[in-house]
Amino acid sequence: MSDLKFSEDHEWILIDGDIGTVGITTYAQEQLGDVVFIELPEVGQALEKGGDAAVVESVKAASEVYAPLTGEVTESNAALTDDPSQVNSDPQGAGWFFKMTIAERSELEGLMDEAAYKTFIEGLD
Amino acid sequence: MAGEDANLKQTPLYRLHVELGGKMVPFTGYGMPVQYPDGILKEHNHARARAGLFDVSHMGQVRLTGHGAAEALESLVPVDVVDLAAGHQRYALFTNEQGGIRDDLMITNAGDHLFVVVNAACKVEDVAHLRDKLSDRCSVTELTDRALLALQGPEAGAVMARLAPATRDMVFMTAAEVELEGAGCFVTRSGYTGEDGFEISVPAARAEALARTLLAQDEVAPIGLGARDTLRLEAGLCLYGHDIDTTTTPVEGALNWALSKVRRADGARAGGYPGAEVIDRQLAEGAPRKRVGIRPEGRAPVREGTELIDSDGRTVGRVTSGGFGPTAGGPVAMGYVETALAKPETALQAVVRGKPQPVRVTKMPFVPQRYYRG
Repeated sequence: MSDLKFSEDHEWILIDGDIGTVGITTYAQEQLGDVVFIELPEVGQALEKGGDAAVVESVKAASEVYAPLTGEVTESNAALTDDPSQVNSDPQGAGWFFKMTIAERSELEGLMDEAAYKTFIEGLD
Repeated sequence: MAGEDANLKQTPLYRLHVELGGKMVPFTGYGMPVQYPDGILKEHNHARARAGLFDVSHMGQVRLTGHGAAEALESLVPVDVVDLAAGHQRYALFTNEQGGIRDDLMITNAGDHLFVVVNAACKVEDVAHLRDKLSDRCSVTELTDRALLALQGPEAGAVMARLAPATRDMVFMTAAEVELEGAGCFVTRSGYTGEDGFEISVPAARAEALARTLLAQDEVAPIGLGARDTLRLEAGLCLYGHDIDTTTTPVEGALNWALSKVRRADGARAGGYPGAEVIDRQLAEGAPRKRVGIRPEGRAPVREGTELIDSDGRTVGRVTSGGFGPTAGGPVAMGYVETALAKPETALQAVVRGKPQPVRVTKMPFVPQRYYRG
């Protein structure tokens, strides 16, 4: 069963069994504006929850994308390198960044579900 | 919203920006739109393809009046003001005793006075500097009751010709008094995008009505500060406080073209401005470093503050402005490098997030200038 979770750093992670697909939220891409460059992690790269995982650059600025969980990168979305604007047009679909293993299932408890994330971002404005 | 901070000043167009959906941010003490709902990329492309309206009312507008005004102003800038013909405009620099740049500015001979536009971040110091140094020779009046709009882009000329036919024959860097929507405006054919365009000084009380009329033209869309920056960067134009400042001289800043012949060492009115000795020496002997265009070879933007190194890993310069150039279709930057490495096509590396990325020194602008010269 798949399960969508969110971090306070505005990453989403779609959990499907032992693999999570990670991207940035609709809210995050709206804040960033037009995305022009993505730096993705290498397959096999070890990620630590809260550590640097990727870089997203808009016309305005560069921002880090953090690993929402601890694990290892299993796949990167190479299509983003050629067309970074997919992060704006479909942030929670075609604009995914990478897939990763889930080393510590207990870390999932620290993430928000969709309703909690919605409340979280409402509190930011 | 940050732009609604009570400590922030508002331009006469503030309400219009909010109504248009502008994302308001603090900028040099004003709440200003960094972008509208279209976003920076679309706004940038609109200004390059059609015509963009910019609110630049945060900038300082100053009037110098009196017979000695031109001669007096020459004591602060390495530029020919005395021979600037009525109706003509010139780029200039306020220098300091070390030959550094206090600010860059536009000077227009408006016939019976000089009209000066200075940067927002420097305007308090600039007006104080003008009063301190020139008050005994001319009167210095800051025009706080006027807004400043810029209309920029290849279709700006057609828009202005429709609203004020007298602007049709104006060429780049000239000025005219024209009536726009019943308001007496002072218009120059100049700007900060590399495109044809105009800057319009308008009474503050009439600014919103004029802006609405301009926006009602089919060609015109509002453009925020974000696209203003990408447009000027592609045009190779300096942003004061970033690409030039009190620690950079005009020669280092590759602004020799702005140093009038008549004010140089062998000119008829040589020197007589702060830092003249330093600047004349650098004109004769060269400067240790120079501002150049930087073209990253990869896709990653190379931003302000990025270190530039040579093939041995030695630091040879620093990026002062950089980002993504929508019209250039990739990353563009400018910065300072040792003069020996300032030749176009010199291969260097920019250290981005700890990793060296190949870049090349390049000529600017990154996109062709399209000023209207008649």
